[in-house]
Amino acid sequence: MKRMKRDAALEIIAEHAGDSLVVAAYQAAFEWIVIRPSDLNLVATGAMGQASSHGLGLAIGRPDRKVLVLDGDGSLLMNLGSLVTIAEAAPENLFHFVCNNGVYEANGSHPTPGSGTVDFPGLARAAGYRSAAAIDDLADLESRIGDVLGGRGPVFVDLRVEQGEAYPQDYAYMHGAGHRAAFKAALRAS
Amino acid sequence: MTADANGSLSGRAIVEAIKAAGVEYVISVPDIVTSDGLLWPISRDSDLAHIRVCKEDEGVSICAALGYCGKRALLLIQNTGFFDSINAIRAIAVEYGNPVCMMVGLQGKEPDVLPVRSNKVSVRIVEPMLDVMGIARHFLRTTADADAIAPTIGAAYRDDRPVCFVLGRSPAG
Repeated sequence: MKRMKRDAALEIIAEHAGDSLVVAAYQAAFEWIVIRPSDLNLVATGAMGQASSHGLGLAIGRPDRKVLVLDGDGSLLMNLGSLVTIAEAAPENLFHFVCNNGVYEANGSHPTPGSGTVDFPGLARAAGYRSAAAIDDLADLESRIGDVLGGRGPVFVDLRVEQGEAYPQDYAYMHGAGHRAAFKAALRAS
Repeated sequence: MTADANGSLSGRAIVEAIKAAGVEYVISVPDIVTSDGLLWPISRDSDLAHIRVCKEDEGVSICAALGYCGKRALLLIQNTGFFDSINAIRAIAVEYGNPVCMMVGLQGKEPDVLPVRSNKVSVRIVEPMLDVMGIARHFLRTTADADAIAPTIGAAYRDDRPVCFVLGRSPAG
């Protein structure tokens, strides 16, 4: 399977994210907070696939803001029902990206179930997302990201990625109280 | 004191107390204890936005995220769903200190038996699990107990901590 470097893909998304609220999980989170440092990032989502559900809550609570979810394939597999919940709520401001590397990278890089065969866009489409696509090429991502983020959600994008540069795994920041307080303050001030 | 005490438990009083607490959103997976007396009326109540979730841990996250936005929410679930959500409750509500407000029906609780004295594990262990996680809990037995709902939810949001209301019998409509 063709794959993009994850950090390069995130850099392209960051160029178009503006002041969107961004919920990111695990490896994508560690890279995102370096690529787009902002108090409008939320990376404290507990565990076990809860990024998408946090994204839904933010999208409902702040319909005036775009909400980007940077999920992982392992994370989404732990919370597949959230696809249906999100589709039913149908927030037009929710953009759900999955950094699909086919492994549980945070836990030893063991393959995820269905790695290489599971059709995430198909699942999202069947759940009722307004649109869903897979992208495995940086040039393709660059050309499509404007339309993706300019459209109406809920939108799903399966980003076929592999690890790029190594980034610090800043769990202290991820789970620290300071990050959540800053996010809350930034959200309420904006 | 018996588990259910004398007097009825009014679903309408609970719903009004939820509204008085400033709750705008109710997130739920159906619970047989609260289905008729709370969830069906809530689902038809235009003052409350009802969000159906596939699994209860989604609701923990949605409540927390709405809280970041300054919006109040209630997670209405069954004891079985509470058990299934323990990791989310542990991380997102307890460790992160988010004001996740839960209302949990004790499916299977015997009448006039305190939950901790129930013969059913699924009923008996709910309150001890809340205690060990340090989550404040309130047992709603009669309509008078509904008076505690609004101030308790208010305190949860003021202090950034979770709270759980426990129901052992079905509220009347």
